[in-house]
Amino acid sequence: MQWEAVIGLEIHTQLSTKSKIFSGSSTAFGAEPNVQASIVDLGLPGTLPVFNKEALRMAVKFGLAIDAEIGKHSVFDRKNYFYPDLPKGYQITQLHHPIVKQGHVDIRLDDGQVRRIGVTRAHLEEDAGKSLHEDFHGMSGIDLNRAGTPLLEIVSEPDLRSSKEAAAYFKKIHSIVTYLGICDGNLSQGSMRCDCNVSIRPVGTKELGTRTELKNINSFRFVEKAIDAEIDRQIDILESGGSITQETRLYDADKNETRSMRSKEVANDYRYFPDPDLLPVEIDDAYIQDVRDTLPELPDEKIVRLVQEQGLSEYDASVLAQTKEMADFFEETAKSCGDYKLAANWTMGELSAALNKHELNISQSPISSEQLGLLVTRIKDNTISGKIAKQVFQSLWDKEGDTVDAIIENKGLKQVTDTGAIEAIVDEVLAASSEQVANYQSAPEDKRKKMIGFFVGQVMKASKGKANPGQVNAILAKKLG
Amino acid sequence: MYSKTIKAISDDLADKKYSSAELTTELLNKAKQHNETLNGFIRITEEQALSAAKKADENRAKGISTPLTGVPIAHKDLFCTQGIATTSASKMLESFIPPYDATVVTRLSEAGVVSIGKTNMDEFAMGSSNESSHFGPVRNPWDTERVPGGSSGGSAAVVAARLVPAATATDTGGSIRQPAALTGTTGLKPTYGRISRWGMIAFASSLDQAGPIATSAEDCAMLLNAMAGFDDKDSTSVKRPAEDFTASLSSSLKGTTIGLPKQYFPENLDPKVASLVQSAIREYEKMGCKLKEIDLPTTQHAIPAYYIIAPSECSANLARMDGVRFGHRCENPENLDDLFTRSRAEGFGDEVKRRIFTGTYALSAGFYDAYYVKAQKVRRLIKNDFARAFEEVDVIMGPAAPSVAFKLGEKGADPLAMYLEDYFTIAINLAGLPGMSIPAGFSDGLPVGLQIIGNHFDESTLLNFAHQYQSVSDWHTKTPEGFEG
Repeated sequence: MQWEAVIGLEIHTQLSTKSKIFSGSSTAFGAEPNVQASIVDLGLPGTLPVFNKEALRMAVKFGLAIDAEIGKHSVFDRKNYFYPDLPKGYQITQLHHPIVKQGHVDIRLDDGQVRRIGVTRAHLEEDAGKSLHEDFHGMSGIDLNRAGTPLLEIVSEPDLRSSKEAAAYFKKIHSIVTYLGICDGNLSQGSMRCDCNVSIRPVGTKELGTRTELKNINSFRFVEKAIDAEIDRQIDILESGGSITQETRLYDADKNETRSMRSKEVANDYRYFPDPDLLPVEIDDAYIQDVRDTLPELPDEKIVRLVQEQGLSEYDASVLAQTKEMADFFEETAKSCGDYKLAANWTMGELSAALNKHELNISQSPISSEQLGLLVTRIKDNTISGKIAKQVFQSLWDKEGDTVDAIIENKGLKQVTDTGAIEAIVDEVLAASSEQVANYQSAPEDKRKKMIGFFVGQVMKASKGKANPGQVNAILAKKLG
Repeated sequence: MYSKTIKAISDDLADKKYSSAELTTELLNKAKQHNETLNGFIRITEEQALSAAKKADENRAKGISTPLTGVPIAHKDLFCTQGIATTSASKMLESFIPPYDATVVTRLSEAGVVSIGKTNMDEFAMGSSNESSHFGPVRNPWDTERVPGGSSGGSAAVVAARLVPAATATDTGGSIRQPAALTGTTGLKPTYGRISRWGMIAFASSLDQAGPIATSAEDCAMLLNAMAGFDDKDSTSVKRPAEDFTASLSSSLKGTTIGLPKQYFPENLDPKVASLVQSAIREYEKMGCKLKEIDLPTTQHAIPAYYIIAPSECSANLARMDGVRFGHRCENPENLDDLFTRSRAEGFGDEVKRRIFTGTYALSAGFYDAYYVKAQKVRRLIKNDFARAFEEVDVIMGPAAPSVAFKLGEKGADPLAMYLEDYFTIAINLAGLPGMSIPAGFSDGLPVGLQIIGNHFDESTLLNFAHQYQSVSDWHTKTPEGFEG
């Protein structure tokens, strides 16, 4: 039987506010345990939450970015359950009246096709702390630094049909929130965590199968692998006559399999009710417009602009626009040299290859956008050839010099454009290659084109690559007759 | 100097008739002497009191003072006091020492008051007789075989016994007004949002409100001046221009209208309570007030709605008491569940457990709409009832409690009978309105309270009415036998 996967994602996005969502504590990552837990975060008796308006602004930004309806009247609810790293015994979240309602994003598939994925809602909530199970002699330690960190939980419709689509959607959300500057996008530090709801059904049927929830996945690659593993598992069960249990599962990356975490059949009753300590959040059109006015260019808009105004291909534009860091780097490079196409070639070519080779991301690039732009500029103004530029690039990467110009200067790589000087080299080469000259001159016209390459090579070699290739070609053509 | 009002003490301190240190020392001695009988204090904080009194005297000498500088009071033991155990009268918090002050405590300290201790109360403010305290019941100074009411029974008792001229208290369903009525003191529950709840250990967040218990309306006004005001640490506190609540105490009441809800004078009301309340109302008539019978048809639904909403909120508010970070933790927990369940089973008393169960049930899947949502609708109707009434009247009057103080143990076995103690007060919390109880006479030697209910943020009118009655009556000046000197 042919199976079809039905997948929906819940992405917990840590908002990059300076302080927590309901207290003044810092949200910085990596501090000693509990030093960023105030009396509010600890849930001490008598303490009260006060809503951080910056988190509201960020959530509204996201809503506008995905063309969603903004909840003008949103309400915080208490979600009740006991857990040692949940200080108040309830989590403050939004159940019935989220700040962001139905919206959508478009994802681009490998075949270039664009699919629209529905976003059911996005709501604000506080993160819990962490339980630490090692080094406590059979007991557990609690770190409440993370407790109260603002989260935007972004819930998709079950519109995704493959692990690849799920990963593309996750990447797209990552791209949007980092473009908006509302999340640092740091997956390894848990700034975005993804729960995947996965079910399968025979292709062509409408009814949904029983779903499982894969918890807490924090990389694009693992989203893909975990969903694939889960789809395979579900197919195996159904094809051998079994049935799927609705449950929460964890992905084990080492074994590349999912395993049961807890059954939803004994599901908690969270007893949600509106938090009486917090007033409903009321916002008006003026507020929404004010936020709208501050929205930066978003990935989709950037792609359209790069294609329409700068003449890049759809593919190049979408690769360059995918992450905010890449897009910013590229645009700075392009602005610095004034040539989007060459900037795109160098960013996607030499630079990306080198970054991949060294497993670095763009923000760790040893070559700044300014210097890469300058490199392109030096090609354009004929100071160096494209070939020499690759040499300069390598020297920059290896920190053999601080600037493009210094490297060109110190290494004497400046292109020779003096016609007289090139002619002298050409004369030398022709004099030393009389046999090849004779062959060339006796060859038919159509063969000559190929044969001239030999002389160009010799001239470039003699000039240590510095002779301007265009001039070399022209002079050779003239001299060889 | 014991039996004096805050106003009189304030004048005396200004006139240097005695120092705050002298007064505080005397009150501390009296408090220690009588606490064995009354049990009104969970903790007497002698050292801190004397040091605060000394500071107050220094400030007065330097000319840095407010009318409250050097005035001794006491705080209900659910207001967090930095470095001083704050228990909410629960075993759960017996050893909880807050690292911070409640806003009420901060504001009163800044005004220069001297706190001599933390007063007893029903556990987590749940009760109407002060019998649910982990630290034992409080006794009514008018008859020590009787309860002082609750939950602010300790605050009411120590003020009635003139151990302090005033005490802070809280009112979620009547916890200021009912004990004030049963002890012959003057209690004010302000409008919801008037006083910050920061640092006040929550019972039911949408209903809890702090207020003073004192021996006169004027003293309540002076205290409210210091306690009231917006606090950016409490999202439900309300931003309003500052008011001097003592300013209109003496305004004439001629031509004002008093609403008398027919539901507040039911046939089964204790006849002596009814007749004392009626005579107090006649005094207002003499002052030129018009009386108008009004209808509050939703009154009978207030108690059921309250006993859904308040327990629901408390079931979540008390979840933080889990034995993990503070408060009672059971010995040798076997595992996580054992830690949670045994710590809570051991730490909470019966009434608190009863309300947590009720609230947990009411919020459960499948019951939420039938209970919590419906109760909120009832709450809206109750608010509407009052809003309609206040289109026609300036204040509403009735009894503060259905009977005089009852005997210890009398209603202990019957939680529902206890819940009916708040019949006249609970709707006011649901509507968020301000209310007072002032002494209106004695029935067989036991005090009876007149309740005055005002419109939202109209405490000034409320205090004006209360003060005018106290200008023509002396019930509020009566001191129980054995506590005069």
